[in-house]
Amino acid sequence: MTSTQEPILELRGVNKSFGAVQVLHDVHLALYPGQVTALVGDNGAGKSTLVKCIAGIHQIDNGDYLFNGSPVHVTGPRDAAGLGIEIVYQDLALCDNLDIVQNMFLGREMKSGVVLDEAHMENRAKETLASLSVRTVSSVRQLVSSLSGGQRQTVAIAKAVLWNSKVVMLDEPTAALGVAQTRQVLDLVRRLADNGLAVMLISHNMNDVKEVSDRITPLYLGRVAADVAAADVTTGQIVELITTGRSGDIGLSRALAQESA
Amino acid sequence: MTTPDGQQNAAAASGDTALGENASEGTGGYDGEAATLSTALEARTAFSGDRSAVSVGEYFQAYRNRIRGGDLGALPALAGLVVLVVVFAALRWSTFTSASNFANLLTQAASITVLAMGVGFVLLLGEIDLSAGVIGGVGASISAQLIDKQGMPWWVTVIIAVAVGLAMGVLTGFLVTIVGIPSFVVTLAFFLAWQGVLLAIASEGGSIPDTNPVIFGLTHSSVSLLWSWVIVIAAIVVWAAYVAVTAQRRARQGLAQPPLTVQLLKVGGVGLLAVLATAALSINRALIGKPDQGIPWIVPIVGVLLVIWTFVQSRTQFGRFVYAVGGNKEAARRAGIRVPRIIIACFVISSGMAVFSGIIEGSRIGSVTASSGTGNQLLFAVAAAVIGGTSLFGGRGKARDAIIGGLVIALIPNGLGLITDSSVWTYIITGAVLLLAASVDAITRRRRASSGR
Repeated sequence: MTSTQEPILELRGVNKSFGAVQVLHDVHLALYPGQVTALVGDNGAGKSTLVKCIAGIHQIDNGDYLFNGSPVHVTGPRDAAGLGIEIVYQDLALCDNLDIVQNMFLGREMKSGVVLDEAHMENRAKETLASLSVRTVSSVRQLVSSLSGGQRQTVAIAKAVLWNSKVVMLDEPTAALGVAQTRQVLDLVRRLADNGLAVMLISHNMNDVKEVSDRITPLYLGRVAADVAAADVTTGQIVELITTGRSGDIGLSRALAQESA
Repeated sequence: MTTPDGQQNAAAASGDTALGENASEGTGGYDGEAATLSTALEARTAFSGDRSAVSVGEYFQAYRNRIRGGDLGALPALAGLVVLVVVFAALRWSTFTSASNFANLLTQAASITVLAMGVGFVLLLGEIDLSAGVIGGVGASISAQLIDKQGMPWWVTVIIAVAVGLAMGVLTGFLVTIVGIPSFVVTLAFFLAWQGVLLAIASEGGSIPDTNPVIFGLTHSSVSLLWSWVIVIAAIVVWAAYVAVTAQRRARQGLAQPPLTVQLLKVGGVGLLAVLATAALSINRALIGKPDQGIPWIVPIVGVLLVIWTFVQSRTQFGRFVYAVGGNKEAARRAGIRVPRIIIACFVISSGMAVFSGIIEGSRIGSVTASSGTGNQLLFAVAAAVIGGTSLFGGRGKARDAIIGGLVIALIPNGLGLITDSSVWTYIITGAVLLLAASVDAITRRRRASSGR
């Protein structure tokens, strides 16, 4: 399960500054199809900035952004969506007053002429939910306001995979969920990867990270501290990487870690 | 490691079980081992609400649950309408139920209804348009002045007036979206500013007579008896056919829908009311001279507007975007919707409809004055939309709310006017009805929140 495959999305030596503040330093990141890569890091480590750079909301200052092995220029969210990169944001971005189908197709409605093609949208929404083995929803015509937190997260994720996307980035998908719902969502995350997508999971919860991810990339003050297989490290080591940038012989060099701090 | 392809197929296959109806109905699954049982149980919950065949009983059960959950729809407004009709009919049977009073009621409700339909778009966004009434007055005065002074054909003046209204809407939308001033303040400012423009056009203290027979005839003459019936019957037939065809198409594609009997009963119920109303309007309303009978012209015109806006709201992408922006602006933005454009478009629709409403009101009164549309007209329209079921918080409401609410708003002065000469009670009762509607909205919203609707 390692890097014998080509990464679908790769960043090499990416830097990003906001004015005088350099947020990302020489970031290397690789996402592989069929794998869950966890991006972990403390508050302010640059996780959100990194996601927004990949999504095209921020543009990188320098470094290489490769998709499928070839360099691409992502200058806006539409470019990223065009490549097949979808982001599920923490605050979900669903409309409570619309139903599941309407939310999943929001902004990309299928039409025949000027009229919305409800039948096609409804069937495709059902197919997508079924392909993710989502069985807890009794009707795709339910309003989103009637769904539980886990179901809402499920809809948000299903919305992201509806478009034959290749890379799905999930920002804290289980932060606000209960035990059973977290289970549901983690299963779903695993299933996305099993369906061949490259998944990036951003999380604070080490148990979730250990359980579901194949690779772990801790971010320490804007630098990638390491890129390790989840099986090779303990939770304690991950926490150390997050808080000090190094743990034993893995992580940043002592000098670099101290310079960053 | 299995190939992604193989896994996808496996996932899809298990999904099919979830969707399949036979899996839940056959008893075979229950005899097997625990795994089979759990699959069967899961299959019962997955998309169980999306089955294409729902019995009438099940439908009413679901409807009752919806109402218990606080999703009342137009029910309170319809109940209010019935109560008002019964009370007025009991108190003033001979005058209230006369054919001429019924025709009166419809023409009185028309301008409020049209204004409420337009303002409804702005309310759907969770914004407010206080200037719509005055914009209606300005539009009506432009049209009337051009007919009166320049002798222009009526339709040219209507086009010019609507164009001016649309321009005013663009300006409002621009200030709300690009500059970022709250709509309450922008439209309050225009409510005042456009009154000055209205004063300039209508010349202080003066009134412009509505002399054009077509515009005056909107509310004062009726469709001939034959055509009245043709229009009503044709409308009902077309509606029923549309419902039946849509139902058939959805059934073919295996999609959920209310049972056809329920849908046709709804069409039948509304159709029956329309037929009864047409029958009442077929009675000669003239006391002497030329007979006055048939549906007032304005009624089919409002009907066409209702169909157009209902179509836009429920069947087009633009309508979907309006609801999305009203429900969650940030989600709409992230979905790639150009939110400012949608907001500007809604203010433009509101202003354009306001001009139609102003012209209708001018027609009913017979003249346009410097105070046209500056009074309670706009507030009545907002009240009509809210009474009809539109939420002031945005995201909920339909074009038909304007019709039902507009009838309630028009019914109160109409009925009370037959009982007493004083307007004291008209205002108090209208206010009370609005409060009642708003309370129903607030309480049901709480229930919706707790039941998750």
